[in-house]
Formats: sequence, C-alpha cells, structure tokens
Amino acid sequence: MTLAYAAIIAILAGCGIYMILAQNLVRIILGVSLLAASANILIFLSGRVNSEVPPIIPSGAEALADTAANPLPQALVLTAIVIGFSLTAFAAALAVKAYRSLGTLDTDEMLDAEALGAPFPVPAASKTVAAKTEG
Amino acid sequence: MDADFSINLLVLIWPVLIPLTLAALTACLWRSTEAQKIVGMIGLAFILGSAVMLVQAVLRYDVLAVEFGGWEVPFGISFVADRLAAALVMITSVLALCVGIFSLRDIRQLHVKAGFYPLFFGMIAGVNGAFLTGDIFNLYVWFEVMLITSMGLLVLGRTKEQIDGAVKYALLNLFGTVLFLMAVGLLYGAAGTLAFADLARILPTIEASPGLIGAAILFLCAFGIKAGVFPLFFWLPASYHTAPFSIAAIFAGLLTKVGVYAAFRVFTLLFTVDESGIREIVAVVAAFTMLVGVFGAAVQWNIRRILSFHIISQIGYILMGLAVATPLAIAGSIFYIVHHIIVKANLFLVAGAIRRASGTDDLKKTGGLLKSHPWLAVLFLIPALSLAGIPPLSGFWAKFLVIDASFKGEMGWLAAVALFTGLLTLYSMMKIWMEAFWKVPAVERATPRRVPVFMSLPIAILAAVTLTIGFYAEPFVQFAEVASITLTDPGVYVAAIFGESTTELVRAVE
Repeated sequence: MTLAYAAIIAILAGCGIYMILAQNLVRIILGVSLLAASANILIFLSGRVNSEVPPIIPSGAEALADTAANPLPQALVLTAIVIGFSLTAFAAALAVKAYRSLGTLDTDEMLDAEALGAPFPVPAASKTVAAKTEG
Repeated sequence: MDADFSINLLVLIWPVLIPLTLAALTACLWRSTEAQKIVGMIGLAFILGSAVMLVQAVLRYDVLAVEFGGWEVPFGISFVADRLAAALVMITSVLALCVGIFSLRDIRQLHVKAGFYPLFFGMIAGVNGAFLTGDIFNLYVWFEVMLITSMGLLVLGRTKEQIDGAVKYALLNLFGTVLFLMAVGLLYGAAGTLAFADLARILPTIEASPGLIGAAILFLCAFGIKAGVFPLFFWLPASYHTAPFSIAAIFAGLLTKVGVYAAFRVFTLLFTVDESGIREIVAVVAAFTMLVGVFGAAVQWNIRRILSFHIISQIGYILMGLAVATPLAIAGSIFYIVHHIIVKANLFLVAGAIRRASGTDDLKKTGGLLKSHPWLAVLFLIPALSLAGIPPLSGFWAKFLVIDASFKGEMGWLAAVALFTGLLTLYSMMKIWMEAFWKVPAVERATPRRVPVFMSLPIAILAAVTLTIGFYAEPFVQFAEVASITLTDPGVYVAAIFGESTTELVRAVE
C-alpha cells in the first residue's frame, strides 16, 4: 500500500516537474499544481495511512486507542490544499493578465522586466509580439 | 488564567495581531485613501510599540512561549520569542514605520486604490508571524501569507514590467513553498511532530533515514529559494527592480531575511551542520552567493538593479555564519541580519530619493546631485559605506564578526572570498556615488527638484540607526552573542518550552 502511494507521489511529482520545465505559462502553473498535489499526498502518507478507525476517544478512556487513525495529517493537508488553491488562483489570474498586457504566454518571450534598466539591449516582449502581428 | 499569563500572551501575539487588524481596517476603508493613510500611520506606531514591549519582555524572561487554546506544545501551535525573533520583530517594525512614512510620498494614488495598505500590513503580519512561530507547519503558513501579499504588492502598478516580474517571482517562489511543504511532510513522517521544541528534543534520538536526509535537503533548497542564494536567486533580480521604491525597500529588507531566519532555525535547532555534509554545501553556496551577487551588480547601470544584486551577495555573508556554525559565527550572522535589514532597505529608499531628485534611476542619465542635494549625498554615503563595510559603520562590525569567526573556525578561504566581495561592493557603491552625485549631469536643471521631507525623514532615521549600531556596537554585539545561545544550544530552547508551563516559566524568573 505504501509502495503504491509512493509510486503515485513519484509519478505526480515527476509529471509536475516535467510540466514546470515547459515554456508555456499555463503548463507551468498546472505543473506546480501537480507538484503541490504530490506534496499533499506525501504528507498524508507520512501520517501512516493504515487505519480506518476514526480518531475519537471513547467515553471513559483518557487517550486515543493505538489503532485509531492520525487526524493531524488530514488537518495539514486541508490547510495546504486551501493555501495551494488560493495561490494557484492568483497565478492563473496573473497568467490572464500577462497574456492581455504582454500578448504572450511563452516565458521565453517575456522580457519586459529584463528590459527595464538592462545594461544590454533586450527586446521587450510586448514590442516583439506587436511587431510580429503587424508584420 | 492569571494576570501573568495574559500579559505574556498578549506581548507575543500583538506584533502579528496589530498588522492583521490594520490590514482588515484599511481594507474596510477601501474608498477613502486618506483615511487609510491616517489609520496606517497610527497603526505603524502601534506595531513599533508592540515590538518594544516584546523586546523588553524577552530581555527580562529570555525565552517566552504561548500555546494557543491552552494545548500544550506537541499538540497545539505555539508562538515562541527568543532574542533573535524579538530583535527581528523589532527591526521589522522600525523598517515598516520608516517605509510607511516614505510611502506617503512615493506610493501613488493608483497604488493605494489598488490596495497598498491592506497588502502591506498583511505582509508585515506574515513576516512577524514567521519570526515568532514555534511550529514548522505554521512557519509554512506564514511563508504563504508573506508570499501572496508580496505578489499582490509587486503587481500594484499593473505595468508590463511588473506583471512580467511577478510571473517569475510567483512561479519560482511557489515552487519553493511546495518544496518546503514536502520537507515538512517528510520530517513529520520521520519524527511524528511539528513543534520546533519537540523536534529539537526528538530528532537527536532517531537515526538518520533517507526521509530525514531528504527533508534536510528540501529545507535547504526551499529556504535557499526564499533567501535568494546561489544558484536559486534568479527570481530576485528579475522582479525587485520593477516594484515601486517603498515596496522594493521592504522586500529587500525583510523577505529574503525570513528565508535566512528559517534556515538558521532549522539548521541549528533541528539539524546540525556538523558532520552531515551540510556545512560544506552551505559554505560553497555562501561563497558563490557572495561572488555572483557582487559580479552581477558590477555590470549594472540601474540603481535598483545594482541594489537587487547586492541583496544576493549580502545573503552570502550571512550564510557564512551558518557554515562556520560556532557560537561566535552565529552571533556574527545575527548582528549581520539586523545591520543588513536596515542598510539595504535604506539604500532602496535613497534610490527612491535619487529618482525623485533627478527624475531617473539610470546612472548614465543622472548626475550633479552633490551640488543640488548635499544632504542626500551624506544620507547616501552612510548606508552605502556601511554596506561595503567601512569602519566605524555597522557593516564593518558585522563583516568583522563573521570574517573573524571564519578564520577562527578554520574556513580562511571563505573569509578571503568575503573580503574580496567587500572590495567589489565598495566599487558598486562608488559607481553610484560617482555617477549620481559627483559627475556633471548631461542635462543641467535650472531649478533642482526638491526631495519631500517625508522621503528624507525615514532615510535619516534609518541612517541614524546605522550610525548608532556602528558607534555603539558593544551592546548590540552582546545581544547577538546572548541570542546565539538559544540557537547553538537547543537545550536552552527546549527547556524553556518544556521545563515548565508558560505561567510557571514567568513566575520562575520573577
């Protein structure tokens, strides 16, 4: 069971990193989301997913039974999912804005920040893209 | 719950609670930018007050801890303030106040309408939270609070450059936080706990496993990205120069230092750099960070770009202390962090004033400021020479401490790299001096542009702090030496948390 989880984490993380290496901004954002998903499963696995007994202290007892599931990883994963979601939403909004104002989603063509005050001439993306569409 | 406990608790959470409240308040006052400014300025004074109280409390009780909801340490989340954390909260609030005043003239109506104040206070809350938390997962949460608010601040102006810079900033930092999350997962799997004090107690008793080593390496990478070390710094010079000066100043002062702070906590309390191979990695990384940063700055002609690259090279100096890891070296690094936050942010503010005075931040186009703004020239020289490490300014003592510790810790080569970097830092600062202040400008202005008081005042305050640390270094060095004890000897930290419950701790000291 652990091996299966480990394999899933490895595949997700591998796919995530492969997509992060892409040039397209949307693919990169999806890649980061995949990587974040693998991190979440990793936390889940770290908490030993081998019990289905709910973590409730029975009446009269002082502590949880040894067989009970560990509730902490679930709390952690829940927090991480919420944070990850908001960050992905921001990144997606940023991508939309980047596409509208820079005219491209290709990270190789995004050179506007690089061109600002650069010691060497750098063609700004928005200009090269504009030139392309005009040409 | 008695009186002692409630005082103790409030001192620790105010530095986070006040900025959070201010973020909410300024967000409610969305339509009235004037009201936001007034509330913001009053609030910044309150933040400073809370930090002063925290420092006083820490000087009295050494290590303070508060457990939220009364859940004891391994089960609940705690806030812990030792001298290092309290000093950083103090510096953060001084810096926030100065940048806040500066922003009154630097930040335009457009930025305020886009939500400058709520984001600014949100970021301060995140930074203070990261300094004060005693739980590694909670640290991750504060990192994210910092990240999302800083991304918002970066794109406030909505220019093409800012959006481009923010894309790089966002993606590389997102990647970094995912690595952080994975490291937390692996650490939890190995140790079964997340509180710093509990981890410091448990980790020495368990054997190194692949999961634990993986966690250590991932922490190193994650904090490395956040701190902007070689070879993970590329997001920093790609984005910092696009932000308005106030925002760049607060980023430059605080954000990378949170990464450094986290690295110091994790690699002193939880993992040791001795005999684990981490010392060698950190030493090499520190050397390259210093060199690459300073060489990157040497070719630039834009003030903001020069300063952005210098952030990187200065991080290398701070990491030297972690590589050497003797109590003396750690103390040197703590002193260095405090000095660096003030000086670096001040240089960005000066850059803003230069921009205001000459209309550009391109060094080739400015000039003649010595004649038209002699006071600005003096105010530039103080942080600039301090950054380069000229005695008797604060940078000299900071560099002296870490370099001295490297020689004593048998890392002479690292000290040599640091000295060489200092020389090149001086070159960059002199370049700004020669070009912006000394040379005859290409186009003379008939009437020089005035730098508003609200811009020069915070610069002067920060310069005064630099001078104070420089001329009156002894108490600061002593403070750093005592602060390094809780880092180099985890036992002190653990005992403070587990020895007694918080109420008893306070009573015991009394």
